This record gives sequence, structure tokens and C-alpha cells, in this order.
Amino acid sequence: MKEPGAVSLEVENLTVSIPLAEGTLRAVRGISFRVTQGETLCIVGESGCGKSLTSLALMGLLPAKAVRGADRLALHGRDLTTLTERQMSDLRGDSMAMIFQEPMTSLNPAYTIGNQLEEALRRHRPVSRGEARDRAIYLLEKVGITAAASRLQQYPHQLSGGLRQRVMIAMALMCGPDLLICDEPTTALDVTIQAQILHLLRDLQREFDMAVILITHDLGVVARMADRVAVMYAGQIVETGTAAEVFAAPTHPYTQGLLQCIPIPGRTPRGEHLGSIPGVVPSLIGEIAGCAFANRCPHAMPACRSAPPVRDLGPGRMVRCVLEPEGAAARQAELA
Amino acid sequence: MTVPTIATDDLTCVFQVRQGVFKPKRPLKAVNGVSIAVNKGEVLGLVGESGCGKSTLAKMLLGLQKPSSGEIRIDGEPLTGLDRRAVARRVQPIFQDPYSSLNPRKSISSIISLPLRVHGVGGPADWERKVKEMMDLCGLPHRAYDGYPNQLSGGQRQRVAIARALVMRPEVVICDEPTSALDVSVQSQILNLLLDLQKELGLTYILISHNLAVVQHIATRVAVMYLGRIIEETDSETLFRAPRHPYTRALLDSVLTPEPGLGVPDAQLGTAFPNPIDPPPGCTFHPRCPHAMPVCRELAPRPLTVGGSMVECHLHDPDHNGQGHNGAVHGGQGDIAAQ
Amino acid sequence: MSVVSNGLPSAQEIVGPTPGQRLRRRIFGHRGIVLGGLILSVIVLMAVLAPLLAPYDPYAQILTARIKPPVWYPGGTWEHVLGTDQVGRDYLSRLIYGAQISLLIGLFAAALSGVIGTAMGVAAGYFGGRVDLVVTFLITCRLSLPVILVSLAVVAVIGGSLEVVILVLGLLLWDRYAVVMRASTLQVRSLDFVAAAQAVGCSTWRILVSEILPNVMNQLIVVATLEFAHAVLLEAALSFLGLGVQPPLPSWGLMIAEGRNYILFDAWLIAIPGIALFTLLLAVNLLGDGVRDVTAPENRG
Repeated sequence: MKEPGAVSLEVENLTVSIPLAEGTLRAVRGISFRVTQGETLCIVGESGCGKSLTSLALMGLLPAKAVRGADRLALHGRDLTTLTERQMSDLRGDSMAMIFQEPMTSLNPAYTIGNQLEEALRRHRPVSRGEARDRAIYLLEKVGITAAASRLQQYPHQLSGGLRQRVMIAMALMCGPDLLICDEPTTALDVTIQAQILHLLRDLQREFDMAVILITHDLGVVARMADRVAVMYAGQIVETGTAAEVFAAPTHPYTQGLLQCIPIPGRTPRGEHLGSIPGVVPSLIGEIAGCAFANRCPHAMPACRSAPPVRDLGPGRMVRCVLEPEGAAARQAELA
Repeated sequence: MTVPTIATDDLTCVFQVRQGVFKPKRPLKAVNGVSIAVNKGEVLGLVGESGCGKSTLAKMLLGLQKPSSGEIRIDGEPLTGLDRRAVARRVQPIFQDPYSSLNPRKSISSIISLPLRVHGVGGPADWERKVKEMMDLCGLPHRAYDGYPNQLSGGQRQRVAIARALVMRPEVVICDEPTSALDVSVQSQILNLLLDLQKELGLTYILISHNLAVVQHIATRVAVMYLGRIIEETDSETLFRAPRHPYTRALLDSVLTPEPGLGVPDAQLGTAFPNPIDPPPGCTFHPRCPHAMPVCRELAPRPLTVGGSMVECHLHDPDHNGQGHNGAVHGGQGDIAAQ
Repeated sequence: MSVVSNGLPSAQEIVGPTPGQRLRRRIFGHRGIVLGGLILSVIVLMAVLAPLLAPYDPYAQILTARIKPPVWYPGGTWEHVLGTDQVGRDYLSRLIYGAQISLLIGLFAAALSGVIGTAMGVAAGYFGGRVDLVVTFLITCRLSLPVILVSLAVVAVIGGSLEVVILVLGLLLWDRYAVVMRASTLQVRSLDFVAAAQAVGCSTWRILVSEILPNVMNQLIVVATLEFAHAVLLEAALSFLGLGVQPPLPSWGLMIAEGRNYILFDAWLIAIPGIALFTLLLAVNLLGDGVRDVTAPENRG
């Protein structure tokens, strides 16, 4: 079923809307992307851009009030939109797995690590307890936890944050998923632990040949981990491309602005102002006329009042902006 | 020699921690003999990971936590000799979480004017004028004067917190992860604001952060903390160009700059996680150190000061330095800062 | 002074209602609060305007008109709409004046226990350490006391009266206040704005009153409504047992007690004050639940 390079997940025009007292919150306003086997796609954006809801929408874990819509949502060609909750539940943990942000609360404190790991496997496969235990030990060692057999008896509160996150990763891998979704997996961890966990994820992805969707707000993580990047803003994807393309030649003004905000040791002159993006994200309640970034964009013009076109800049490269992509380099030089 | 604006001398803070209902309490040395000195107009970056004691140190500098031993001096005067109000006039905090650092039941004007009212500076007319002055300085619109925190975004709330901290014109501002809870685009706004205010008001900052890129950008000097001790301290440029302590090296190696193609570094630290209640003997870092020597397991390293730089590591100690590890320790991927 | 402008927030951003406006909107949209509030207002009005509303003196005994049934029974007249009791006192008038007693007791007992319990709970939550230990011990002691028995004992020794009942209940019903206030204070205390107030140099008193108290007020109101109902119910029980308010005061509990012997044939003597009690307590509980509902989402968000 898994060949390298095969398309793992196809998403077309995914929307998530939440009805509120004040109106309908359109948190995800039509995003499309695909991930292939063996590739890491990073969805990057700031708070409120809809990236976490996207991951929940893919897994079918949206809150009850939220409404998901999609023209196409397929895992290895299998349509996910028509599945019942039971069928979705069978898929979760099996072909598609998820890792969450908070290692402190993602594991059930009432059960041992071994218990939770084994359950993750036995829910989906008819294996004996011994086999499940063996697989658990195998994966715990794979994620770099020493003395794995004795760890099985431990409870989550006995482990540090970094270790818990490793256990979470092992749990996600118990059934050998094709697709792994990581929602800010290292945001709550220390810097040194973050590097270790990401390094581990990279290795595991290569070894198990998974498709990985990594959701984060940290551009450093994106640069180092991504094969391909999708930049989200106000519920839409505004730019995609390979990591090299997006970082070397950011085309959308938001991407350009974001990259200017980050101090890079050795490059950003010390003690001087960093770049910044003025204003705040517009409210996502109700319709947004035209480009959602227009009120913060240094290049906004009257044409931005209507929905900006999606420009195809090559295979897997697109930008949602009215500006000419050829002028991007010049615009970026202006910012620096 | 000028008197440092704020300095500590062998500052220690020990907590008695309950291990369980029937077990006796054990001491936790959150801060273990820290000596720093910050001169006027400097920015000291305090770097370390969770459990290193930087938050406890911040609380002691603010006068909110009593040290177990050691001394804190502000402009040469010991902190213990000053009453709470006097300390408050000189040292103020900016906290990490903009959502919990403002009282949700108070209006913005009430929050920012609190220090003025507590210290009885002027009358209501003065308060209004000073508050509006601060709001201008911090980039807050006057419209927000009668507003409430729930109406503001994270970045605006942090500006309010900054305005409150600075309305009495303190000398020292302790910034405890001031931008960690904010979005990237807002972070840079707040950092720019902090830089501007420092120049405008002649402030001295102690910036606590785990984000080394931010520290490198703003700080003049950097101190690295590990399990309650400062294991390396030097000026900002030297630290990032030629770090000496293996932990500093690992920290710098772990920084993920937005440069694609470099992959994720392996700082070779292992998975052993230090327990502050039961620290390893000798050098507390040795279980994770890729360059550990036999002496590191037995003897705690002493602080070695050369010029304006300090490091606590046997690798740089001529007495224990069998193999001749002089100068900077080089890790896997080369210097990040060198361009 | 230079204006440091890095991203001046644009006009649309200072949006959203103030906490006061939001609360008002939620209060009037909540059916429980509106209903409970309405009923309670009616009862309060009844109590306040008792001298104007009551057709007769509640203490006037008309021995020739004893145990007259209410108007909807055969034999009832409009002269005594709710009938008369066993010594000929007009029931409607007694009911109306009885509201005064119940409300007075509920209010003062809840207030007294509120002051005691809140002070203890907030102190325990804020100072921790030994203060917390002492307060927790006191709460445990109090929880192991059976309230009714203690009240009975006290009243038996001192003698029952309205003032004694209020005092006894006020000194006994503080436990829930203490527990809830302690928990809320612990939560609020860990928030950064308390540390910021300390760093500004606020005195402890100022922090407690100005920073902590406003943020635990919601929980306090919920507990207060519960304890109000509790006090009213306890007074009714005490009066029923003869050791609460003494006759001839028109306490609803006492009215139930006095009508006890007639339950089989003249059940209205018990039913009417019983229903009145039930309605009052229902209203108060609705109000309390409503306050909790209305303020909870604010706490969460």
C-alpha cells in the first residue's frame, strides 16, 4: 500500500466553521494541499490562523459544534468525508496518528505507560498481549528511551516532559501509521530537548517512511524540518513551496514580513530594530472581503479589496497575492 | 569603579520540598550561590532551561522571595535594608503571560496607575497625565484608557504590563520571558519597544529567556544557568562566537535558525534528565556532558574568571585539564554565529 | 516625549464589551436568573410591604373563626383568603409577615457566616503554611459537628428567639464559604498580576481587597445563595422542633409545626407555608445556579 512518493493525503478546499453567538467563525477558509509518503509538510502560522483546527479536522476530532467541509479529503485515495465516526475511529491511531503539544496532559495519568502503549496497538490489531508488549519495548527503544522494559511499569507523572513526548511518539507509531500529524510537538519543551525530539522525528520518518504534517509557529523548526512549507494566515494558505524556495525567496508579503521579525544570530545587527508587521489579524467572524492581510500589508492597493488570485509558480509552489511574483525579491530588499 | 546598579553575592535559595505524605522534607537548592553584577544601561541575558532556577532568582531580585543566604545590592545598598516600597521604586517586573499579568477586573488606567497610587505620587490629575504619557511611550491608543484587559490582544496586554512597570521610572526591569507567549510578529514589536524604552529611559534590564536568538540580539552580557548555578558568563558577542562550557555549546547548537538545509543538530546530550532535588555529584552537568572527565564526577568545578568572562568547567581549569582542552569547545556543526 | 510606534494598533482592535456589559447581557439572557430573581423580588416586596399588604394583624387571635378553610374549599370565604389557623389568626397575613422572618434569617445568617468563612478561606489560601493548617483543621472540626444538634443544644441552654437563631446559624454555616474561598484564592494567588502587585509594593491588605477579592467574588455569590437557602431551611427545621423562633412569631417553619396535628383533615395549614418555603428556596437556588453559569464561562475564557 505504501510506495515512496505516493500521495498519502489529499486535501482540497477544506473549511471549518464554528457557529458563535456573534456569528459564524470561519476558522479555516478553504485550504488545499497534499502530502506524499516520506515527505514532511510544515504548516506554519501564528495563533488564530487555523492550523490547529486543520489538524483536528483531518483527524475528525473537531468539537461538536464545528462544521467541516471539503471538496476532497482522501487518505491513500480513501475518501474520509463519507466515513462514519466508527470508521474514523478505526483509522485514528492505525493509518493516521497524531501527536499533541502538551506532553503533560496528553497521557492518561491513571494508567501505566505500558498499558497505554499496548492499548494503542490492540485497539486496531488482533495481537496478543505479549506481542503488544514486545512492540512497545521495540518502539520505546527506537525513540531513545533506555531500560524500556522497566519503563512500561511507570506512570506518566514519573517521567519528564521530554520523555513523555517520546512516549507519545512511540504510542503514535504503534500501528505503523502512514500519516503522522504533529501539532506543535516541541513548543512546550526546553530548547535542547526540542532539538532531540525533532532529530528523532526526522530519523523515525525516514525509517518508517511516513508522511508527516508538522504544525508549528516556529520558523526555525520549519526551516530545519520541512521538505515543503505551507504558510497559513487567517484561515487560508498564502504561500507554499519547498523549504529552500520559501526561505530563500519568500513571495507573499506576510512570509516576507515574518522572516524579518526573527533575529538571526550573526546576521541581524545587534541592538537594532527588528522588522515587524503592524496591526493584528482581522476577525474571522463572518466574511472577509478581499485579502485578509491587506490591512497589514505594506503593498496594499485597491485591487486587494477583491479576493486575491492563487498564482501557480511551479510544481508545488503557489502564492495567494495580487502582486507580481517577479517583484518579490525587490520588495524583500526594501524590508531589510 | 562604578557601583553596579544591581548585584548579587553568593545568593542561595533553598526550598524544603515534601516528597510524600510520610517522607521527610528534602532540600531543593533552586538557586545555589549566584553572583552577578549589572551596570547601568546594560542588559544581562539570563539563559537556562526549566529547573535551572532563573525564575526563583528573578523573584529574589524583585524582593518577592526571601533568599536563604547571600546578598542582593541595589546601587550598593543591600536589599534587606530597604523597605518594600523602596525596592518597588527601583526594581520592577515584566512577566511572561500577558493573560495572567493583568487583573481582569481592573481597567487599563487603574492597572497602569497602580504604582502611582500605592506610592502616593501626586493626585488624580497627575495620575491621568502620567498614565497617558506611558501609554504613548508604549504604543497604546488613548482609547484603551477606560478599557479592560479582555478587550486587548496579547501584544497590547504586554504593552500595558510594560507601561505599569515603567510608570514609576524604575532603574532595573526584570523581564521574565517577556515575549515567549506572543506570536512572532508581535514579539518583534515588543522587543523593539523594549530596546527603545531602554535608550529613552536609561533602563537596566535583566532579560530572562530561553530564546537564545532574542538574547543575543538584545543583551550586552549573558549568563548561562544550570541547576541553580551560573556556569558561564561573558559578553554577548563572545558567548555566541566562542562558548566555553559544553552546556552553552549544546544550547547554542540546539538553536534552530530559520536556515533551511542545515537539518536538526544532535547536541549529544543523552536522555538523562537532572533532578534538582538529587543533583549529580561533582559537576552537575557531567551525566550529560560529551566531554566528561573522571574528575568531573567527583569535584565541583570552581569559577574561573579571565577578563570579563567566567566559566565553571574542569575542561578550562589548568589544575584538572589533563588533555589540554583550551579555548572554545567545538561541537558538531560549527559555530552558528560565525558568518 | 517621542511616540514609540511599532505597530500602533488600528481602530478595530479595541473591541469587545467591557466585563460589566458582558455580564449584564448574560444575566438577562439566562432564564434561571430572571425567573429566580423575579420570584425573589416578589417575596422581598411582600416582606417589605407587609404592613400594607396584610389584611389582618398576624397576631390577632379571633377564637370564633378558628381553622377556617381557604377560599377554594367549601366553606371558605373571601374574608380569610387563606383561611385561619388553630387560634383564628389570618393565614394570609401570617404568610406575608412570615416572609420577613425567613428573609431576615437567610440574609443575616448568610452574611455573618459569609464574613467569617471568607476571611478564613482567603487567609488560608493567600498565606498558606501554618495559617492554612489551622484553618483546614478548624474546617474539619466544624464539618464533624452535626449542625442541628449543636443548634438545638445552644438554643436549649440559651433559649430560642430570632436573634439567637441568626447568631447560631451564622456561627455554624461558614464552612462552605471557607472551603470555596480557599480554593478560589489559591487559584488567583498564583496568577502573575498578584505578583506584579506585590512587586509594586502594595500592602497585603490592599492585595487581598483590591486584587484577590474582586476575582473570587463570583464564587462567593454562588455560595452565599446556597447558604441563604440552607439557613432558611435550618431555621424552619429548628422552629419545627420547637427550638427556633418562638410562637407567636409567624415563621413559616413554626406555622408548619403548629399545623402538624391537623395534617389529615386540614392539610392546608401545613401545605401553604410549605409551598411558600419551597418557592423561596427554589428562587434562591435558581439564582445561585444562574450566577454560577453566567460567571463560569468568563472564568474559563
